[in-house]
Amino acid sequence: MNLLGKLDWSAIPFDQPIIMGAGAFMVLAIVGILSWVTLKGYVPYLWREWITSVDHKRIGVMYFLLALVMLLRGFSDAIMMRAQQAVAAGGSQGYLPPEHFDQVFSAHGTIMIFFVAMPFVIGLMNFVLPLQLGVRDVAFPTLNSVSFWLTASGVLLINVSLVVGEFAKTGWIAYPPLSELQFSPGVGVDYYLWSLQISGVGTLLTGINFVTTILKLRAPGMGYMRMPVFCWTSLAANFLIVAAFPVLTATLAMLLLDRYLGFHFFTVDGQGNAMMYVNLFWVWGHPEVYILILPPFGIFSEVVATFSGKPLFGYRSMVAATMAICILSFLVWLHHFFTMGASADVNGFFGVMTMIIAVPTGVKVFNWLFTMYGGRIRFEVPILWSVGFMVTFVIGGMTGVLMAVPPADFQLHNSLFLVAHFHNVIIGGVVFGVMAGYNYWFPKAFGFKLDERWGRASFWCWLIGFYVAFMPLYVLGLMGMTRRMQHYDNVAWQPWLVVATIGTVIILGGIACQIVQLVVSIRDRDLLRVTGDPWNGRTLEWSTASPPPAWNFAVLPQVAERDTYWVTKQRAGEQQAQPEPPPQYEPIEMPKNSPVGFVNAFFAVVIGFALIWHIWWMAGLGLFGTFLTILIFAFRDGDETEVPAMQLAQFDRLYRAGVAI
Amino acid sequence: MRLRLLATSLIGVVTLAGCSEGVLSPQGPVAAAERLVLFNSLGIMLAIVIPTILATLGVAFWFRSSNGRARYLPDFEYSGRLELLVWSIPAMTVLLVGGVAWVGAHDLDPRKPIASAVDPVRVQVVSLDWKWLFIYPDQGIASVNRLTIPAGTPVSFELTSSGVMNSFFVPQLGGQIYTMAGMATHLHLQADHPGTYRGLSAQYSGEGFADMRFAVDAVPAAAFSQWVNATRDAGPMLDAQAYADLARPSEAVSPFTYRDVAPDLFNHIQSFAAQPNDPARLAVLTSQRTDK
Repeated sequence: MNLLGKLDWSAIPFDQPIIMGAGAFMVLAIVGILSWVTLKGYVPYLWREWITSVDHKRIGVMYFLLALVMLLRGFSDAIMMRAQQAVAAGGSQGYLPPEHFDQVFSAHGTIMIFFVAMPFVIGLMNFVLPLQLGVRDVAFPTLNSVSFWLTASGVLLINVSLVVGEFAKTGWIAYPPLSELQFSPGVGVDYYLWSLQISGVGTLLTGINFVTTILKLRAPGMGYMRMPVFCWTSLAANFLIVAAFPVLTATLAMLLLDRYLGFHFFTVDGQGNAMMYVNLFWVWGHPEVYILILPPFGIFSEVVATFSGKPLFGYRSMVAATMAICILSFLVWLHHFFTMGASADVNGFFGVMTMIIAVPTGVKVFNWLFTMYGGRIRFEVPILWSVGFMVTFVIGGMTGVLMAVPPADFQLHNSLFLVAHFHNVIIGGVVFGVMAGYNYWFPKAFGFKLDERWGRASFWCWLIGFYVAFMPLYVLGLMGMTRRMQHYDNVAWQPWLVVATIGTVIILGGIACQIVQLVVSIRDRDLLRVTGDPWNGRTLEWSTASPPPAWNFAVLPQVAERDTYWVTKQRAGEQQAQPEPPPQYEPIEMPKNSPVGFVNAFFAVVIGFALIWHIWWMAGLGLFGTFLTILIFAFRDGDETEVPAMQLAQFDRLYRAGVAI
Repeated sequence: MRLRLLATSLIGVVTLAGCSEGVLSPQGPVAAAERLVLFNSLGIMLAIVIPTILATLGVAFWFRSSNGRARYLPDFEYSGRLELLVWSIPAMTVLLVGGVAWVGAHDLDPRKPIASAVDPVRVQVVSLDWKWLFIYPDQGIASVNRLTIPAGTPVSFELTSSGVMNSFFVPQLGGQIYTMAGMATHLHLQADHPGTYRGLSAQYSGEGFADMRFAVDAVPAAAFSQWVNATRDAGPMLDAQAYADLARPSEAVSPFTYRDVAPDLFNHIQSFAAQPNDPARLAVLTSQRTDK
């Protein structure tokens, strides 16, 4: 028996210059950062203030940072694919052989959905939700840290697959029978499965945490119909996480049983049925796209209202539309495979259901339109992203409904038209929303604004780049080009693919502008310094300092209406700013830092890696470590510290004095 | 700017329609009907989408804070009439497109035979790693990577897979359908005119996927009979052993034909999962891909 399971030196692809180059760069970057941090003596600070932090704001920032880093990885995959398809026409094989190209598109999809879009959205929810709800943290702060670090474990595993072994060559959906041992005997699919299983647990815990937070922890007086719309859309998204992620976990677990223990859930032989996987996968998969898009819908609602200087139009409609989407999203999954050969009644039903979900979405677009109507729109960076979104998303929604018509889907399914459609809604919806939220809440998180010029440049590059990159794909889809082709013989497609590649380069410019924007803003932070309320905001997060203190609010705000903070400001203006009497400060119980999330994630990586390579003793050791970690955590004595009233009063007095200046 | 881009791509699509090999230049009744459904749905939605985009840009521009002539309505947050409008516009659109979808799903159900005075030709399709096998059960012949059919005659397909899922797709003749191991799907297509059309797999199936394409030769009815006779005279015989050899993974296989086919081979391939000792099952097991 081999002590290292399937692992040996042949797992590292020394003969692949691209992979080795990327891997060397990754290792150098990690070693470089680690040694810099160590030499500068930042390790204790990072450990104390970030790694073991259970503060929702810190965790939110870390999620966002993780997503940004993974965006670079996922985007390099995108550029490689576009470059390959731009040259691999006619007899040419391009520069990526199939076995590499297949890994690249599988990794691109997996990374962008699970490790870019999800952490972006969860990061923003983490940072914003408690502040908007007027509370001091999420319901389970330590669990929050555990969730984050489990997501990071998944990220680490998927990046390890670049250098040690291989990644799945099955597409990000990993349909069996292709993903079964019989057809994918390598470790690629196991990397895919274990990184998603581990990060999936983290996501589920996040969902439970946020649902509890929104349902049970709100500022006194904040009834459901007084919650900001972002809280509503986050509530809906987290309901979906709680309901849908267990389906994914169970489905992937069945595939794992097939692969590891010879079960026959989805195999070709032994009465397995691969279509069961396809159904279950999309029972999770369709709600997943709403998990991604609903929080950005909330961001746009906040941004459009704030920068128009008006309340959101049709608040009740918005809430109703959000909850309708939440429920309907579970009734449309079959539109991902109309071509399976189901009966006309089944296809017709799911087609019509899919269109019905477009109604509440359409309502939202009109409500944003009427929110802008009669406003005084300040065209700062966040609203640029929002207007860009409204125009782009409408097109993406239209092509989506088009593909919900079964006979049209028979032609467009799996074509580049489909690829263009979902990039249209994910870039035009989720990415634009995240960027709007990033520019909007950044000053709240760090106390200074992001540079506006570079922000605008980034927006225009993304917007134009998006259209140049994806409109050609719509055309190619109609010309009969299917997705995931390593090479093709029809040279008429090539010019369109070259244009798409140029678009990708323009988007790269947008990402570069974003990085420059961040660097420039940090450099000029003293010039960009702001108070608690830089945008003339409407909701509670703007009523506290920027950056907010660990306890968010020295005294929990009393809520008597929607857009509380806006109304408070209006009233103060009318009453000629009678200085309020200083509030009564009371000591606050704050959760203590805890290394349990980080340690647990370390063992999760050990377990995942060991299982991928069949190193059974190591998996056992990892499991024991996890068990021990949780046991020790369970027997902790006291997990809260007290912030004395004196300290609160002092901070608050300084902050108020600062605002007055 | 954006609209111009959109318009450019739309015009591009239309100009390319003539020379493209996709749904925009249909060569059979199914593809033509699908294109009509596509255009109808698109037309209905553009009628609402274009005004919405224009209104968004217009409102955003007019109500910019620097425009002194725009009226500021800080309390405009509810209007029952507008709400009604806001819900009914998308609802009406969806009612129309939903009608198109429901009727279309039934009219263009892949299982529905094409009404025709001519008897359909039956073809059994098996997707293999990474090539297509076409069995003509009534003629007793088979072909790999080239599908020859008589023009003007409906073709009735029965499809399955040797292992991995694929999707059988001839864009200019009609929509695609999955091929799945252990299951049979059905599809009806017809080519109106003689010609050569592109066929492909639209479902990614592994390393040799990009080359998993085939030519569809639609020939006049008389030429089809000639082809059948010529095929019967030459080439190997497709029995269990020959199928096992064929099922081994291979890429970019040049088209060839079989003069004879073992009876009921398609059903054996399709139902081997239930029969542990079936030669077809053994063939698949020997076709296991090796770890590279």
